[in-house]
Amino acid sequence: MAKNILHVENLTMQFGGVVAVDNLTMDVNEGEIVALIGPNGAGKTTAFNAITGVYEPTNGAVSFNGVQIIENHPQGKMKKLYAGKNADKYKHAMTKTPDELTKLGMARTFQNIRLFKSMTVFENVLTAKHLRRTSNIFTATLKLNHKEEMRMRAETDELLKLVDLYDVREEIATGLPYGKQRKLEIARALATDPTLLLLDEPAAGMNPQETQELTKFIHYIREKFSLTILLIEHHMNLVMDISDRIYVIDFGEEIAEGVPAQIQSNQKVIDAYLGVSEDE
Amino acid sequence: MWNKNKRLISNLIFVGALLLTLVCIELFAPPTSMWFSVLRKVCTFSLAAVSMNLLNGFTGLFSLGQAGFMLLGAYTYAILTIPVEMRSNVFRNYGDSVINFQMPLVPALILAGLIAAFFAFLIGLPVLRLKSDYLAIATLGFAEIVRGLVQLQNFGPVTNGPDPINMFTAPKNIMAYVAISGISILIIILIINSTYGRAFKAIRDDEIAAEAMGINLAHHKRLSFIISSFFCGVSGAMMAMCNTSVSSVSFTSAMTYQILLVVVIGGIGSVSGSIIAAFIFYASSEWWLKFLDLETFTASGSKVPLLGPGFRMVVFSVLIMIIVLFFRKGIMGTREISVYDGLMKIRSLFKGKQAVKEEK
Amino acid sequence: MNIMSYLIRGLATGGQFALVAIGYTMVYGILKLINFAHGELFMVSGILMIYIVADLPTLPIWLAIALMVVLTVFIGFLIEKFAYSPLRSAPRMSVMISAIGVSYLLQNLVSYVTGGLSKQFPDIPVIGESVRFLGVKDKLTVFLSPVIALVLMVILVLIINHTKFGMSMRAVSKDFETSQLMGIKINRVISITFAIGAFLAATGSILYFAKNTGINHLSGANPGLKAFIAAVVGGIGSVPGAVVGALIIGVVESLAKAFGLADFSDVISFALLIIILVVKPTGIFGEKTTEKV
Repeated sequence: MAKNILHVENLTMQFGGVVAVDNLTMDVNEGEIVALIGPNGAGKTTAFNAITGVYEPTNGAVSFNGVQIIENHPQGKMKKLYAGKNADKYKHAMTKTPDELTKLGMARTFQNIRLFKSMTVFENVLTAKHLRRTSNIFTATLKLNHKEEMRMRAETDELLKLVDLYDVREEIATGLPYGKQRKLEIARALATDPTLLLLDEPAAGMNPQETQELTKFIHYIREKFSLTILLIEHHMNLVMDISDRIYVIDFGEEIAEGVPAQIQSNQKVIDAYLGVSEDE
Repeated sequence: MWNKNKRLISNLIFVGALLLTLVCIELFAPPTSMWFSVLRKVCTFSLAAVSMNLLNGFTGLFSLGQAGFMLLGAYTYAILTIPVEMRSNVFRNYGDSVINFQMPLVPALILAGLIAAFFAFLIGLPVLRLKSDYLAIATLGFAEIVRGLVQLQNFGPVTNGPDPINMFTAPKNIMAYVAISGISILIIILIINSTYGRAFKAIRDDEIAAEAMGINLAHHKRLSFIISSFFCGVSGAMMAMCNTSVSSVSFTSAMTYQILLVVVIGGIGSVSGSIIAAFIFYASSEWWLKFLDLETFTASGSKVPLLGPGFRMVVFSVLIMIIVLFFRKGIMGTREISVYDGLMKIRSLFKGKQAVKEEK
Repeated sequence: MNIMSYLIRGLATGGQFALVAIGYTMVYGILKLINFAHGELFMVSGILMIYIVADLPTLPIWLAIALMVVLTVFIGFLIEKFAYSPLRSAPRMSVMISAIGVSYLLQNLVSYVTGGLSKQFPDIPVIGESVRFLGVKDKLTVFLSPVIALVLMVILVLIINHTKFGMSMRAVSKDFETSQLMGIKINRVISITFAIGAFLAATGSILYFAKNTGINHLSGANPGLKAFIAAVVGGIGSVPGAVVGALIIGVVESLAKAFGLADFSDVISFALLIIILVVKPTGIFGEKTTEKV
């Protein structure tokens, strides 16, 4: 059996009385492409943010590559309000910050593209190399890290060639067409040397042709960088084409899990997407 | 690659020419010339503005604590460089100074920076978690606290309480100021162009994305804050040298606003812009507009209307408002000065004109 | 002096600061702008009073006050029109710099007009008279200030919560663009907000300078800064917060004097500011905001 990369256990995210993610448990294994889908407002992005350390989950645990990275239990005001299950299962509170998780090999993109807007394409990717530096502020200032700097620049160029952005390397990132900005954001995430890549709606705002190209691109980078990928997506075509397995959530709760064919024929999923009429 | 070298070389030539001009001014200008006092001030506030720019412009941290850090630097420098025999005279109201040695100029300058940096480290721990405006307010408050504490009687033997400190080492020649300011600014430029500088800019552009790219926000913000404060401290020491006297009353939040105006006029995110703006700001407020303060009389003996004491600052603040309102990006925006590009532009301008002529 | 008199003086200064602090807090609530020029407007209104009384000696004092308030409101309106409204789409930093520029301009203008000298504030009848209350003898303005501040605050809160204009103000402060789409004339709302702020600053300036009689071009800086701290301590954006914050600052500073820490009083208020910011960054009455990822 393939090695487990990401293990999410009873993840609950509650804002006041609103339960955005309710006891989500999921696994992602090495080399897999797993999709997390659900209707609007189902809690997909919230789950993502809790996994990547942006939010502290109310309850639950996450481990990455066998290492426990996040664990929390309802505390303070949440103790009274907590609406989920397993309230007493977790004893410790630990949440790594997003930068620590990235260092461990977890990289992500954002639903509404977040590029460094004053920088060129090249600089955007180069900046993501900063976390693997060995220099400190003194050696970097005095240019004693010349070798490392040159290596970072060479690697950046190489990466830009691989993802076919080399010809626009000197352009300001936010001036690129939309599709290329998405690609650049993925490239920037790749520059952090991740083992797990989390894509938040990579096809949002793309036309069918661009979506198809994106499908190819995601397959390509998975092979090239031997990645494991977890993605959130709305485009059903893309999800069905690309995913090895799919988790479906609605109102924060997992309602189905399986390979694309199973999901497509699952009555619960169809109901969630199309809605169930009252008199049934 | 060749183009890059050409740019570097032409910029180096430019800096060389500038230095040469400064040496000429130093050697040949009459001793009463305004150049001396203005250039000393320009060097001091260039450094203050560039170090503020590192924090506000390049890291996107809106801090208004500059006056506090400059005060720390100024006091540290002044206290450490008073000759031993003068000490009991300077600190006569408090018996004697607790420090009984004199430091040479350069170590005292570095220590001035280090003290400011140390306080930045302390205050940075709680304060840097605050967002935008709140950070500005908290650092402003810190600067006022420092100013209030330093003039307390209880600290008299160290800080001379509310009385000014003087008689410390204060070089007169401009080259000393140019050297201190130049080396400091060069170091800041090197930092901005290093991998750390890129991380700072990433934080400015998008904090959440920067963190997701593995940049430790707390660490890098603190780093930028400490570095900026270090050079603020050095510029404070330079200000002490300029004025040959240090008193806490000159380090008000109004001074911080002034530095901020310099940064904005030069362009938030441009080092060369800050330097140019510092020159224009202090040369015009203290020199070029001086005539507005005089009650000038025309040949016929009638008084020129409006001119009189204080009118200079009114005109000056109106000019500033015009820049702020209509040239929002400042002189340089986020660009840096590049002599080569400038020359190329001028050349293309001429070529363009010729082309037009030929067409006719 | 006993503690009671310090307490009353503290509440008085607090009440005067409160009137200025409301101006800061309302402008911040709507434009997210720290209006650095507000303290200077406070000073200018004091200077206006001096010149009106000196140049129009036949004018009854109540009319002089009314004229001063009208002029201050007009200046507040002009500042907004010329210095802030052209920057409506600019980054917030630009607007703030513009505010700093305006405060610089007002200071220099006043310094030019007065020659940089301190001017004597005229005697205001009734509130300038000494009275005895709760065993403390002081000018009436001292006892009146916190009461006036509270009354004006209540009126303002009622306006904000119960009138149509108040509703549009709340809408603009929540979301600029949407409220514009809903047909709210945001420029009018902003202008009126500045006018209210200026009116309160003018009221505060009469109460404040009636006891501290000398004014020069720098007289606005310290009250301005203190009122601003008060607004932040109370939770910037909240009107009752500004008043509570100002009363706290006033009393704390006055008590510091009572305990022989007069030199420390500034340090104490700024320390209070930093502690509040670190413990509860949005102030006592502030709302918590979270950024969406």
